[in-house]
Amino acid sequence: MSANTHAHHHGAQDHGAHGHGHGEEAPHGSLASYLTGFVLSVILTAIPFWLVMSDVIADKTVTALVIMAFAVVQIVVHMIFFLHMNFRAEGGWSMLAMIFTIIVVVITLTGSLWVMYHLNANMMPGHSMEQMIKDAP
Amino acid sequence: MSTATTTATERPVFYEVEEHAHPEGSSTALGFWIYLMSDCLIFACLFAVYGVLGSNYAAGPGPKDLFELPLVALNTTMLLLSSITYGFAMLTMEKNRVRQTQIWLAITGLFGLAFLGIELHEFHTLIEMGATPQRSAFLSAFFTLVGTHGLHVTFGTIWLVTLMVQVGRRGLIASNRRRLMCLSMFWHFLDVIWIGVFTFVYLMGMLR
Amino acid sequence: MTEYPVPTSPIFGRLTLDALPLHEPIVVVTFLVVAMGGIAVLGAITYFRLWGYLWKEWFTSVDHKKIGIMYMVLGIIMLLRGFADAIMMRAQQAIAFNGSEGYLPAHHYDQIFTAHGMIMIFFVAMPLVTGLMNFVVPLQIGARDVSFPFLNNFSFWMTTCGAVLVMASLFIGEFAKTGWLAYPPLSGIGYSPDPGVDYYIWALQIAGVGTLLSGVNLICTIVKMRAPGMTMMKMPVFTWTALCTNVLIVAAFPVLTAVLVLLSLDRYVGTNFFTNDFGGNPMMYVNLIWIWGHPEVYILILPVFGIFSEVTSTFSGKKLFGYTSMVYATVVITILSYLVWLHHFFTMGSGASVNSFFGITTMIISIPTGAKMFNWLFTMYRGRIRFELPMMWTIAFMLTFVIGGMTGVLLAVPPADFVLHNSLFLVAHFHNVIIGGVVFGLFAGMAYWFPKAFGFRLNEFWGKCSFWFWVVGFYFAFMPLYVLGLMGVTRRLRVFDDPSLHIWFILAAFGAFLIALGIACFLVQIFVSIRDREKLRDVTGDPWNGRTLEWATSSPPPDYNFAFTPVIHDGDAWADMKSRGYTRPLEGFRPIHMPKNTGAGIILAGICLVLGFALVWYIWWLAALSFVALLVVAIGHTFDYNRDFFIPADEVARCEAERTRLLAGQVQA
Repeated sequence: MSANTHAHHHGAQDHGAHGHGHGEEAPHGSLASYLTGFVLSVILTAIPFWLVMSDVIADKTVTALVIMAFAVVQIVVHMIFFLHMNFRAEGGWSMLAMIFTIIVVVITLTGSLWVMYHLNANMMPGHSMEQMIKDAP
Repeated sequence: MSTATTTATERPVFYEVEEHAHPEGSSTALGFWIYLMSDCLIFACLFAVYGVLGSNYAAGPGPKDLFELPLVALNTTMLLLSSITYGFAMLTMEKNRVRQTQIWLAITGLFGLAFLGIELHEFHTLIEMGATPQRSAFLSAFFTLVGTHGLHVTFGTIWLVTLMVQVGRRGLIASNRRRLMCLSMFWHFLDVIWIGVFTFVYLMGMLR
Repeated sequence: MTEYPVPTSPIFGRLTLDALPLHEPIVVVTFLVVAMGGIAVLGAITYFRLWGYLWKEWFTSVDHKKIGIMYMVLGIIMLLRGFADAIMMRAQQAIAFNGSEGYLPAHHYDQIFTAHGMIMIFFVAMPLVTGLMNFVVPLQIGARDVSFPFLNNFSFWMTTCGAVLVMASLFIGEFAKTGWLAYPPLSGIGYSPDPGVDYYIWALQIAGVGTLLSGVNLICTIVKMRAPGMTMMKMPVFTWTALCTNVLIVAAFPVLTAVLVLLSLDRYVGTNFFTNDFGGNPMMYVNLIWIWGHPEVYILILPVFGIFSEVTSTFSGKKLFGYTSMVYATVVITILSYLVWLHHFFTMGSGASVNSFFGITTMIISIPTGAKMFNWLFTMYRGRIRFELPMMWTIAFMLTFVIGGMTGVLLAVPPADFVLHNSLFLVAHFHNVIIGGVVFGLFAGMAYWFPKAFGFRLNEFWGKCSFWFWVVGFYFAFMPLYVLGLMGVTRRLRVFDDPSLHIWFILAAFGAFLIALGIACFLVQIFVSIRDREKLRDVTGDPWNGRTLEWATSSPPPDYNFAFTPVIHDGDAWADMKSRGYTRPLEGFRPIHMPKNTGAGIILAGICLVLGFALVWYIWWLAALSFVALLVVAIGHTFDYNRDFFIPADEVARCEAERTRLLAGQVQA
């Protein structure tokens, strides 16, 4: 009996609608967490704008990498403070869905850029993008 | 959770006698989140297209000729403010204050409209300058990516108005709370996409 | 070719009487046959006063079982259309030798191969797979319906409306002449100014919304609605494959939506994404559409792997061999399917580094697939195999699919692909995996679950006829294409000069004729089975001595599926219940909470159909009007809060008493 009750209990936890998750909605933020999120995102938005608008860093590649880093951090901030993402909500399924999506997004973005860059490099020798820009009147 | 057996007690339990009522819409949050993930992939494609075609100006204007960062900063502010006001709407919803929730929703909607107004103004200026979506692959990709985001904000605003009416009619009942929560996810999700837009399109465009 | 007037009328857009293909005898005859058939069906429905019944019990139904069955009906009807295209192509290629032009003019032939590919994938394979998942998954996990029953109904009607739009193109205007993926610049406005590509785009967009939503729906159902005790690793394999399939749908279809939006912007607004001018790049379309296209292949095959797993284990009377490895193989395929898309265009010219990467990932996919094959073989090993129809299809699949898999690995080698790309070898390969895999699997699934859906088995004799015609016909139809492909014949050709090729095309046409007989036997099988349903009746609800939960309830299952939610202790839940002396509860029934039927789904999808048609023909006022109507109806629907009801306990008790009576009768007999 004990083995069975155990299995049953285990299943109950697994099964959102039956377990203790009853009527429990997605986690909500508090006033403090919303305000923290807001202040952080204002800062994380302002710095990249400032970096670009006042040409703070001479090297453009470095600037680009820095503002990309800021974007990633800000996205995480929004995920935590506004979207209330964590590993517990929905038994971890929403987090899993997001991780899977991020993987597919990364594959789509980097894959497309990689494939198309090599295509241009191979199929349009002397007509690379830089060349075309230089040739443009 | 109580279950019963028909005969001997050693016999394993094969069915639930007292069933827990399935709370209606218990899957909605997860379902809506999965939908958002799929929407995220639409944007991923548009970003990929912008990434690949974004430097094909076809001898036309490039980002430096077109983008006005102060305007973009203002627009970003509108969206950020609308995010925090939506957060306040959710907090007042938690406290079950119908009127206040509606007011915060209305403020959120106004910020949303301001965002759309500024974006339309920007598009209008660009088109006036001859930088139309037809001008080059860069501009096609720019207008489509930013426009798709704007379209999402537009639908979000329509949805927001609908919810204000529904909250007014029925109060903060369970299904209205659920809907408000979905729109909250949608609204914050659009904010996340906008982070990508202002970083990759506007700021990095100015660096080229 | 029909010339469309460039200036369009404000009322009818570019739709004129010229759009009716009255000058094409084949289309006119088809139209007459379809019209007469349609009038006969509509007349019969009216005569027998079935409209009310159909509307109330089926069209507006949110019951996953009925929606599943409607998907199957849609898939089978569209199979007839898609196959008609196939046999026309085979006939054309068998005739068009020795100076003969065949009987199909070029612009008609091009529409036929486009329509064939697009219909077979989107409106045959997809609805049949979705239909089976819809019907089976909630039963297998002990649920009463899907997570979002209304969305399920809406999804079905969106898919159907997409199909209707494709069918409309047969008689009003024409279909795309671009091949089934509509590569630009051929599909751009410059080379395809006619409405064919627009039909293609809007049919796919409308159906795509349905597919995406049903994907979200089934994921939620599987994640949230499993019966207590059913942990992830106790889920039936079909449910696992359904979960992975729907994950693929949700993560792949947005890409198709996006890329088609961009193509339509090029066509309607004049943007330059995929044009050759102003910095556009047609290859970006190819790249993006295959990011969707390759996962799509697995969307079709994964659930079918699930069907074979269920069938093999049931008819071998054993637990599935290597359940865990089967699950992991499925998950690995799910993820790997996103890393191989470039093998569809090795010849595009991305160079050695890119091609080697994608060649290797493609070959890696064959490892989990091979593992599955061994699992099925070991399940059969020392089993008591019953060669019923579903098992016969499974054996045919195992033999045929391995050939398709091996030619696939061959094509995954980039240098070999440079030779075989775009040849009939490729055509033979993907038909080998799609017919030998997906179609055989769907027939196995239909034979297997038909008694569950309707309460009687399918006729065995006609089923076997259909089986043998299909299998033999397949080998006759496609083995010659491998040969022709190796000889260098490219796909989509209409006429041939080299007489030495002729015999192979005649063989292929003969194979297509055999498959036609196979389809005919299948239809006869359904007809005969309905006629003899009392003889074929199954009152136990468990005709095959099944192992999973769907066999625990009656056939057809009651609206509420299970009077009491089952509690699961083992992966093969029903086999476990039977072996440990489960007894059906006979009293203590409670009212059951169920969703209400609604007409909103069919109405919304109908408006989308009008919107699509208006956009195809540039009827702007109608497009605007239907878009506004769409918004109004959708918002209006959200004001309806009254969406559920309770089946009273008496009603449940009555249904269950009826089942008790039938089961008792079975024991006496």
